[in-house]
Amino acid sequence: MTIQLLLQQSFNALQLGSVYALIALGYTMVYGILTMINFAHGDIFTVSCYLALWFSSLFLAIWAGSPPALVFAATVVCAMLSTAAIAVIIERLAYKPLRQAPRVSAVITALGVGLLIENTMVAIPGIGPEPRVIPNLLSGTDLQIGGITLSMAQLLTIVVSAVAMIILDAIVRKTRVGIAMRAISWDSRIVPLMGVPIDRIISITFALGAAVAAVGGTMFGMAYQMDPYMGIRIGWWAFISAVVGGIGNIRGAMLGGFVLGFVEILTPTVLRSSSYRDMVAFGLLLLLLVFRPTGILGRPAAQKI
Amino acid sequence: MMSDRTRYTVVRMAALLCGLAIAIILPRTVLINPYIELVLKYIGINMVLTVSLNLVNGYMGEFSVGHAGFMAVGAYTSAVLTLFFIPPEWEMWCFPLSILAGGAVSAVAGVLLAFPSFRTRGDYLAIVTLAFNMIIKSALENMPAVGGPRGLTGIHKLTTLAWVYVAVVASVWIVRNFVNSNLGRGVTAIRDDESVAGLVGVNSRRAKVAVFALSAFLAGVAGALFAHEIQFINPRSFTLIKSTEMLVMVYLGGVASIGGSLLGATVYTLLLEGLRPTLQILGISQEWRQVVAPLMLILLMIFRPRGIMGMREFRLFKPRDERRGKPVKEAEP
Amino acid sequence: MSLLTVQGLSHSFGGLKAVSDFNVTLEPGELVAVIGPNGAGKTTVFNLLTGVYKADAGIVTLDGRNLVGLPAHRIVASGVSRTFQNIRLFRELSVLDNVRVAHYSRSRASLHHMLFRTSHYRREEARVRVSSEALLEEFGLADVIHASASSLPYGRQRRLEIARALASRPRLLLLDEPAAGMNPHEAEDMMRLILHIRDKYKLTILLIEHQMRVVMGAAERIIVLHFGETIAEGTPEDIRSHPAVIEAYLGREDTA
Repeated sequence: MTIQLLLQQSFNALQLGSVYALIALGYTMVYGILTMINFAHGDIFTVSCYLALWFSSLFLAIWAGSPPALVFAATVVCAMLSTAAIAVIIERLAYKPLRQAPRVSAVITALGVGLLIENTMVAIPGIGPEPRVIPNLLSGTDLQIGGITLSMAQLLTIVVSAVAMIILDAIVRKTRVGIAMRAISWDSRIVPLMGVPIDRIISITFALGAAVAAVGGTMFGMAYQMDPYMGIRIGWWAFISAVVGGIGNIRGAMLGGFVLGFVEILTPTVLRSSSYRDMVAFGLLLLLLVFRPTGILGRPAAQKI
Repeated sequence: MMSDRTRYTVVRMAALLCGLAIAIILPRTVLINPYIELVLKYIGINMVLTVSLNLVNGYMGEFSVGHAGFMAVGAYTSAVLTLFFIPPEWEMWCFPLSILAGGAVSAVAGVLLAFPSFRTRGDYLAIVTLAFNMIIKSALENMPAVGGPRGLTGIHKLTTLAWVYVAVVASVWIVRNFVNSNLGRGVTAIRDDESVAGLVGVNSRRAKVAVFALSAFLAGVAGALFAHEIQFINPRSFTLIKSTEMLVMVYLGGVASIGGSLLGATVYTLLLEGLRPTLQILGISQEWRQVVAPLMLILLMIFRPRGIMGMREFRLFKPRDERRGKPVKEAEP
Repeated sequence: MSLLTVQGLSHSFGGLKAVSDFNVTLEPGELVAVIGPNGAGKTTVFNLLTGVYKADAGIVTLDGRNLVGLPAHRIVASGVSRTFQNIRLFRELSVLDNVRVAHYSRSRASLHHMLFRTSHYRREEARVRVSSEALLEEFGLADVIHASASSLPYGRQRRLEIARALASRPRLLLLDEPAAGMNPHEAEDMMRLILHIRDKYKLTILLIEHQMRVVMGAAERIIVLHFGETIAEGTPEDIRSHPAVIEAYLGREDTA
């Protein structure tokens, strides 16, 4: 395997990893604040892809002739807002009633919500099970460096994702909302007593996670195909990313995303067969959960008897 | 001069045999048509599945959300046996053996899953079981010998209503015995407070291995029956969607209740079958049927997480000396 | 030979030394109390002895057999049983089942016996049932055997916990503040009950108590812990007037 091939694949891995990282952030933020694994997040990502598809078609139709960059920007923003809205609705309807319930209820409900989203999308006549693609709004000249091709879309995916992550990181660490989020993740019972509107912060958390995933969704939809069931695959891979990096840890989610991107792209190259990808990823997850459940960057939780 | 106990046993056995006779004869009469027979068989298979999952999720209070994986192992094992290793003349006699083999291999898989459960609990264990389900599915897809992604076809239709009946009765009996035994009590103690269970002497590792093995065994048996009914299986039949349906049945009927499992399986199967003509009449596409299971699950979790039976049990399913108001005065012979 | 020998038992949590060089030797039939202010490390000693934590250092032998490093259920099978400071019954299980569960370590049945409910197993079950009902009768709980453990009033829950502890036929019984939450009259009754079962079931008892006057009449020896260290050991009379003990207790809240 040549260096060139390796570098090319690495770059592809970066692109894919960026998307995983963006989705992983949603898992990790919700887990950090509610200690709950939102199994439906992967399907929210799927929804965001379809919303991006819808918005891009809409804008292309009504603003025919305008620069693609503008359409792209509008699509991204609208996808972010609408996905965030949907996530908040789900949170209020399905998760909020279960905040005091035993853990099993929340886990199973999240699974149910995910499946509900998938099957509803399949059943809705306009969407259906066949794969779709968003028209590539970011086509431009490809860069050629030393034999490696970097398409504009790839480059922009990486850059836009990086920007989104930096902004999110800043929000969590510097703004009052972000500090409140982190406070809740430390002790959710005391925080309301200090005048923090806990319900609103939780909703904002879900909204942020969904919005960030929607960025990924838009980029993903332009480069790859989408179908209603991809939430299972993509969602799981992103979830594994979050766990690998250390669930609850935002930097960890980003790191994990890139790790998984590399696993996905490089496994077929190394093992000479693409069908083992799933097994490698899930095997990795299994091993981690048993031997180092807190992930690479996570902090071990103390257990008191 | 029959003792109380002997008479009770005789009556019980007679009733069960009557049931078996009905199961054998009924399909051959005009009282039911093949479709009804099919639905009855599905109810029975789902009963076995639900009882199996209830062991882990209900009695032990753990989080298995990938049980379809065990079903897959049982289905494939038994199908491979009857397709490739058992000559057609011996099929009828060897069918129960292949079912048991499917259950046994599944039990081994169950034991494997028990080990992570020693150190992880709750959400993490849920993920482990799901990962396990995915790994099995992925492994099956990568095995050309069992058909890869296309799966196995042409499996002989060996599942009769009688066999399903036998499987249901046997499963209920075994699980009832297990639950009312030392290990069974140990398991519910683990659900209540795992560390204290150890401190009163319960070997929780042994209990977990036993529960996972038994649960997987039963799911494997159900899988074997399933395979020999619909006659073709592929990895996609055994994914999260199937696991979710099992969860619905357990939580619908009631956790930690055998009667609840039977109820949940029956209600759910009938509901889903009943939706077919209903949707047709209403002019709604059949794909909306798939929405029912997850929607029910969510509503159950929010409004009635304990299900129809809660944690109560029919008197029928407790051993005679367990029932309320019958204290044992002396050791039974 | 002594029943229990503990030498040099020590354990830290992070940087905090919870127990430091704890020693005790118990002869069969003795009742020894471990007292000390809150946070002195008493429950940690119990947790170490019963296998909740593996001790950083020290030797623990029961009848000459080592207990350090064994999993909790094996320690129970060896003959050690305990109760808890904050009652830890199996709340959703019935009173009867709480006691029956504790017979686990004394049962020899294997899985296939249980799955097929053989006559061998039915006899075993009957034996467990009879034994459990006898214990519950002893502790005055026979009228509520099917009630859920959490539905009992506090005093009866305490008794149930002791009944449960006896189900595994222990030689050594560790009681963690059995009189907590009781007024002096109830505490006296409890101590009488404890002495009674010590004699009836041939037990050796190690008792944690936070209130000195409760153990004064019952214990043959007293060990006093303070910040994980043993500051005094001796008969009740020795302890009562021991200067270090008085100083450790001075100003403590007397919570009943």
